[in-house]
Amino acid sequence: MQAFGHGGRRSGRSWSWASVAAAVLVVVPVAMLASSILRPRGDVWSQQWSTRLPGELWATAVLLVGVAVGSTVLGAGLAWLTAAYRFPGSRQLGWMMILPLAIPSYILGFLTLSTVGRTGPVQGWWRDAFGDDAWFPPVESMWGAIVTFTLVLFPYVFLLTRAALRDQAAGAYFAARTLGAGPTEAARRVVLPLVRPAIAAGAAVVMMETLTDFATVQYFGVDTVSVGVFRIWRGTYDRDAASEIATVVLAFALLAIGFERVARGRARFGQSGGAGAGIEPRRLAGWRAWAATATCALVVLLAFVGPVVRLAQWAIAEQRSERGTPQLEEYPTYLWHSVQLVIITVVVCIAVAVVIANAQRFGSARLTRAAARASAAGYAVPGPVVGIGVLLTVVGVDSVLERVGLDLPGAVATGSLLVLAYAYAIRFLAPGLGAVEAGIGQVSEEMTASARTLGATPARTMWRIHLPLSRASLITAAVLVGVDALKELPIVLLLRPFGFDTLPVWVYMLVSESRFQQAALPALSIVAVALVPVILLARQLDRPHSTDTPAP
Amino acid sequence: MSRPSLRLAALTVAGVATVAACSGDNSDALHIYSGRHYGSEVAFEEFEEATGIEVEFLVGNDAELRERIAAEGADTEADVYITVDAGNLAAAAEQGLFQPIESAVLDEAIPAELRDPDGLWYGLTIRARTIVYSTERMSLDEVPTTYEELAEPEWQGRVCMRVSSNVYQQSLVASLIATHGGEEALRIVQGWADNAEIVSNDILLLDSIAEGVCDVGLANHYYLGRKLEEDANFPVGLVWANQDDRGVHVNTSGGGVTTHSKHPAEAQQLLEWLATDGQSVLVDANHEYPANPAATPEPLITEAFGTDFVRDDLNAAVFGALNADAVRLMDEAGYD
Repeated sequence: MQAFGHGGRRSGRSWSWASVAAAVLVVVPVAMLASSILRPRGDVWSQQWSTRLPGELWATAVLLVGVAVGSTVLGAGLAWLTAAYRFPGSRQLGWMMILPLAIPSYILGFLTLSTVGRTGPVQGWWRDAFGDDAWFPPVESMWGAIVTFTLVLFPYVFLLTRAALRDQAAGAYFAARTLGAGPTEAARRVVLPLVRPAIAAGAAVVMMETLTDFATVQYFGVDTVSVGVFRIWRGTYDRDAASEIATVVLAFALLAIGFERVARGRARFGQSGGAGAGIEPRRLAGWRAWAATATCALVVLLAFVGPVVRLAQWAIAEQRSERGTPQLEEYPTYLWHSVQLVIITVVVCIAVAVVIANAQRFGSARLTRAAARASAAGYAVPGPVVGIGVLLTVVGVDSVLERVGLDLPGAVATGSLLVLAYAYAIRFLAPGLGAVEAGIGQVSEEMTASARTLGATPARTMWRIHLPLSRASLITAAVLVGVDALKELPIVLLLRPFGFDTLPVWVYMLVSESRFQQAALPALSIVAVALVPVILLARQLDRPHSTDTPAP
Repeated sequence: MSRPSLRLAALTVAGVATVAACSGDNSDALHIYSGRHYGSEVAFEEFEEATGIEVEFLVGNDAELRERIAAEGADTEADVYITVDAGNLAAAAEQGLFQPIESAVLDEAIPAELRDPDGLWYGLTIRARTIVYSTERMSLDEVPTTYEELAEPEWQGRVCMRVSSNVYQQSLVASLIATHGGEEALRIVQGWADNAEIVSNDILLLDSIAEGVCDVGLANHYYLGRKLEEDANFPVGLVWANQDDRGVHVNTSGGGVTTHSKHPAEAQQLLEWLATDGQSVLVDANHEYPANPAATPEPLITEAFGTDFVRDDLNAAVFGALNADAVRLMDEAGYD
């Protein structure tokens, strides 16, 4: 869309350039690694292709599809159930659905195996009850991995679908009902197409999270391409070979993004204004009501309560034992470092996301849209790959600066908070940007145009119109980024300055030596801290629609 | 979000950044990048007390810390790089990240097979990867006594082994390559792959044997030490592998002084201390054997496993350098 108003063209251009600059900063470190593909090494590819790569491709595809389908069914289904119906506990259970977001997947892997795996107490009881040869679903399998990832990731689909249902679908649903459509028909023919983009966006996030994992899948014996990348990198010490195989991971990410574009169909966010009071829930009665309650309760139990109780058990046992939890006295320091990192990451990511999202209104449409897509690249790359890319980039910049006589202190170039924040921003810009874009998309283009015609500069339009109207989305964005940043492990492990240990680093120190029980207390504390923003978000979900009106 | 709250947010960040920039990091201290975590902070504290040299350390994954040192080049803050296996030490030496040390103390304390021939790095602990078995379902004379035996068809379905992405399993395979050559090693690993249930870590492997998923397996000795510490009746025992020929495969956790260290003398002093006075505090909590023969292993492993066993004296630098070949060989053998 073109920029108008006085000075429009010039400021429009600066918006475009700002978003392009952000995209370049994100893409360069990723490209540094991917560039190795330009001079491919035949031996690596033929060796991998004749041994493990075909299996890894298949496993990755099955895992991604399985988790995407599982999360979509669970997330969108529960979103509809809790938004459109009332049943005992429906309000509370509705916000409890997003609690699993607080649990890092690297904790859930060993938790699942040590609880329901072959050596865990559940199968122990099972064998005691039904004999040693009694059948039990194999947990250490692709199925185990799909179920575990689904339980921890479905809240992304749930969250986006709930928001779309509230903001967009209510009016249309009522119109359809008034025109004589039954509730099922109205849901299928009117609501579903409207929330499709949200479901697709959620499923894409879920696929990215699954794709970049290389630790949790290994507990289940699932050998994905990401696992292969790390086996080559850490085992053969050949970073170039590993980054070449990593381009396969990128290819999967592109497929996931392409899938999202297709799945969202022609629908776009953005109804006029975005008032709507949400769907008036229908009351369920009798066994249906109890079935709904039981379903939701079971999901909360499996995905959140169970893991937390298990962690708490371990933590208490460890505290009572002689050896206790190592470095407990450092706890306040770890916590403070984690909080610092979260705040910095959230502010940087949201600021950049706001600029990129607004630039699509004020700058050149083609350029800014391309920049927005490119700046999501970091989300599709496993953390350690981002970390190494940033390290190489910063060191490269440092040596260029040195040549022109500007000598940065060594600590700035490598282990510093600045570099850490940069890497986090690359990794987590995408979820923030998605939410911010959705929010600003809800502000009609006519409203932007009116403000601009009345003489408001783009910056003023952004401050006074776009941001106040998309407040809820900004909070969602901040929470998603913040929770991700709090849980992040590989980047902080690689790029942090001396002494800057965080809660996940504490967990890592114990888990990497298989001291799972001793890691329970640190793990539990990550969950506890993550709960603060998650509950904030949950309350946001529950609130009646924002009645803020933009100041004139 | 309104303007004042955004301003507030900006102020918060500025404040946090300032505090963060001013905290930590002391350039006079000895800086250690360590892939070794458990118990090492106690060792570093004792070193500080013993010598008055201040120590700061950064823990992480062996391979990633090595990449960081390489990328940082001359700007690196690391004076010492400590790992949990010999492969990464050999790789770091290969990349030119270590400077050679001339130290009579280290040469005397550390046996030749546990250090780099050129003095680039020194092993500090001994981690034996050996055969573990169910004491409930097997008698000692049934237990296989060599790595090679576990590849025989009679063990099909009775063995648990750790995933190929694990460095300890990789270094064991590397030692097979050094001993038998690639072809024979491939045959052995294929036998393992046919026989074994693959599990993700040694603790799970020991639990699997205890719970009856399998009868025998390969694990690092200190994991069993830890299990026995938690439960003296844990129903898994250990036999030292290949005692009638080359001896049990041992890996080592060790370190070296970085090429661009700003404090090479203090760094060397740390390694010397860890190899002598610091041996017990370094290895005891984790139930490892000290690399220095003059140091006494802690009582639990001394009693449960003994100290009198034959170690494969293949130099750690040799199997370290073969690690990449081992990974590729496991790919080819279809070993997950």
